[in-house]
Amino acid sequence: MAIPVIYNFRSVKARWTSAIVAVLGIAGTVGVFVAMLSLARGFKATLVSSGSVDNAMVMRAGATSEMTGGVGIDAVKILQDAPGIARSSDGPLVTPEVVLVAPIPLISTGTDANVQIRGVSKNVLQIRNKVKIVEGRMFQPGLNEVVVGKNANKSYTGLTLGNTISLGNVRWLIVGIFDAGGSSFDSEVWADAHLLGPAYNRPDTFFQSVTVHLVSPDSLQQFKDAVTSDPRLNVDVTREIDYYSKQSTRLTTLITVLGGLIAAIMAIGAVFGALNTMYSAVAERGREIATMRALGFGGPSVVFSFVIEALLIAFVGGLIGCLVVLPLNGLTTGAMNLQTFSHLAFAFKITPELLVKGIIFALVMGFVGGLLPAVRAATQPVAQALREL
Amino acid sequence: MKFNRFIFANLFRKKIRLILTIGSFAVALFLFTFLAVVKSAFSRGTELAGADRLVVINRAGLINVIPLAYRDKILQIKGIKAVTHNNWFGGVYQDEKNFFPQFVIDPENQRLVMTEMRVPDDEWNNFVKDRQGAVAGAGLAKRFGWKVGDRIPIKNALYGPTKTWEFVLDGIYHNDHPGGDESQFWLQWKYFDETIPAVIKSQIGWYVVKLDSPDDAVPVAAAIDKGFANSSTETKTETESAFAAGFAKQLGNIELLILTIGGVVFFTLLLVTGNTMAISVRERVGELAVLKAIGYPDRYILLFVLSEALVIALIGGLIGLGLAVLAIPVVGAALRGLLPPLLLSVSVLSLGLAFAVFVGVASGLLPGIGAMRLRVVDALRRV
Repeated sequence: MAIPVIYNFRSVKARWTSAIVAVLGIAGTVGVFVAMLSLARGFKATLVSSGSVDNAMVMRAGATSEMTGGVGIDAVKILQDAPGIARSSDGPLVTPEVVLVAPIPLISTGTDANVQIRGVSKNVLQIRNKVKIVEGRMFQPGLNEVVVGKNANKSYTGLTLGNTISLGNVRWLIVGIFDAGGSSFDSEVWADAHLLGPAYNRPDTFFQSVTVHLVSPDSLQQFKDAVTSDPRLNVDVTREIDYYSKQSTRLTTLITVLGGLIAAIMAIGAVFGALNTMYSAVAERGREIATMRALGFGGPSVVFSFVIEALLIAFVGGLIGCLVVLPLNGLTTGAMNLQTFSHLAFAFKITPELLVKGIIFALVMGFVGGLLPAVRAATQPVAQALREL
Repeated sequence: MKFNRFIFANLFRKKIRLILTIGSFAVALFLFTFLAVVKSAFSRGTELAGADRLVVINRAGLINVIPLAYRDKILQIKGIKAVTHNNWFGGVYQDEKNFFPQFVIDPENQRLVMTEMRVPDDEWNNFVKDRQGAVAGAGLAKRFGWKVGDRIPIKNALYGPTKTWEFVLDGIYHNDHPGGDESQFWLQWKYFDETIPAVIKSQIGWYVVKLDSPDDAVPVAAAIDKGFANSSTETKTETESAFAAGFAKQLGNIELLILTIGGVVFFTLLLVTGNTMAISVRERVGELAVLKAIGYPDRYILLFVLSEALVIALIGGLIGLGLAVLAIPVVGAALRGLLPPLLLSVSVLSLGLAFAVFVGVASGLLPGIGAMRLRVVDALRRV
C-alpha cells in the first residue's frame, strides 16, 4: 500500500528550515549548470547561424580561418566562372572579402576591443540573404562608407548612424545599420572591399576569403570538384555553415569542460546537502516511520515515500535554479573568438530543452540523496524505533 | 585542552552527518581552489608582465604591420635599454587543434628584452647560427615530446602560397617565473624575411622595448608615439601589463563569472553547515542545560559548540585542499592548449584554509550563542 504524497508535502512543510538548505544547494548547482551550458550554446548558435547551407567559402588551402588566408584577384576571376554558382542580373553571386580587425572602445568598459571589419562586394546582401539593412541604407560602392551590425552599433562607442570613424588611414561615414539575425556578422562593420585593403596599405587585388552563393545546397560538390581540380587554384572549399561551426569549437569546448567540471563538483556538494537533510529527516521521524510500518505500510512503500520526498525537494530546487537564471536568456555578452581574435557579441540561449535537462539533473541529485536515507528508514527495526524516546 | 575528549565524543555522535558535513566542506574548498586557480591562469599574463617593458603596435590594430625601419628611430629615444621585434607566424603543426603561438623573433635582441625566458648559452648559439633554427618553451616541448635536434614541420598559409616550413629545434627556454608562459615557439627573423613575398618584406608585427627603469614608462611611450604621429603608420605604445590586460578583458568577463559561482558556493556552504550545527545543538539542548546546571560557565558552552564547528571545517577544508593538489595537475593536462597552465600557489591554499576557518566559526557562532543564552530551567523543562 502506498503512503499518500500529501504526507510528504506536510512533512517538508514541518521541517522547512532543513529542506530549504537542500533546496538552495540544488538550486545553485542547477543554476550554474544551466547558465554555463546556455553560454556555450549561445556562442555556438551565434557562429553557426552566420553560415548558410547554400553558401560556400573559398580560402587558400591550409588556412585555418579567414584571418590566415589569402586569395588573389586572378583566382577570384577564375572562381567567378566556376559551375554551381548562382547568378543574378548583374553577374555571379561572389563576394571576395577583406577581413581585418580594428580596435574600437567598448561602451561597457571603455577599453578597446577588436572589431572585425569586413570588406565585401556590392551584391553581398544577395549572397548573405539573411542580412537586412534595418536603418539607413547600404554603402555606395566606391565611396568611403560603411554599414555596421546591430550588435556592433550597441556595443562600441561611435558606431552610430551618421558618425564618421577612422579605419586604416581613411575616414568612413556610417550610412546604415544591418541586422544579421543574431549571427556573428552582427558584431561586424562592412565596407567596400576594393577600398578597405588600400586604406590599410594593402593591394586592392588581394582578399582573405571568397564566399559564393550556390545554385542550391547540393551544388557544393560540383563547385568544389571544379575548383579543387583546377591547377591554377590552390584553395580549400568549405560549406559556410561548417566553417562557422568549426570556429566555435575552441571556446565552446573551454566553456563546456570548465562548466561541466564546476557543475559536477557542485553536484557532489548538493548531494551531500540532500543526504544530510534526508538523514536528519529520517532520524527525527524514527517513531513516525515505525508507527506507519506497524500500521501495515510495507518497507518498499516507505522507501518510495522518502524518495518521493527527496525528489520533491530536488524538483523545487531545480525549478528555483532554472527560474533564477532564466532572466539571463537573451542577455548579450561578449567574448573573444579564439580563432580570429575578434570580439564577438552573443546572447545566453536558454532553451526549454536546457531547462528540462536542468530539472532532470536536479531530480538525479535528489534521487541519489534520498535513496540511502529512505532505505535506512525502511530497515529500522520497528519495535526498537517505537521504544526510543 | 581537558575538554578534547568531550568535544570528540560529541563530534562522533552522528557519524553519517559528520562525514557528510566534512564532505560538503571538502567539496566547497576544492571548488574554491579550482576557481581561484583558473582565475589566476586567466590573469597571469597581466600579473607577470614586465613593469619595465613596453609593447609598440600599429595604431590601426595588432594585426597590422610596422616597418622594420622604425627600430632605429625608437632606439634614439632616451631611457631605452633594448628593442626586439616579433611577428605572428600563425602556422599549424599537424592539426589545427595543436594550437600554440609561434613568434618570428629577432635573435640578436630577444634575450636582452625577454630576460625571464632563459635558454642555455650553447643552445642559443646554435639557434643564432641556424637559419632554420627554432626555440620552444619547455611546456610546449613537453606537450609534443620534442627534443633538441628534432625537425618540426609547420604548415603556413599566411605568408605567400601555403607551404610547410621545416624547423630544427635548437633550444628550449624556461621561464623564471613559476607558471610563466612556456608555450611559445620562436623562429628566426632572417629566415622568415627571406622566404616571404617581396611586398610584405621588412614589416614586423610589434616591438617590445626594454626600459632602463620602469619609472620612464609613461614619457618613453609618449615619445615613441609622438615620433611616428602623422606618418603613414602611427603606433600605439602601452606597458606590457596594460597590453596583456586589454587582451584578457576581451576574452569576456571571466572574473565576474567566477566570483558569482564562488559566491553561490560560499552562501550554500554557510547554510549547510549552519543548519547542521543548529540541528546538532537543538538535539542536545537538554545536555547543554545539564552542563550549565552543574556549573559550567556560558563561555565554555560557546567554546564547545564553536570548536566542534571549527574541527569539522578544518578537517573538511584540508581534505578539499588535498584533493585540489592532486586533481589540478590532471585537469590542467586536460585543458592544455585551451588555458594557460593551471598553477596551485601557496597563497591560494592558505586563503582556502582561512576561508574554511571563517565559515566554520561563522556557522558555529549563531547556534553557539543560542546555546550560551539558554535558560537552564526552560531547557530542562523541554522534552
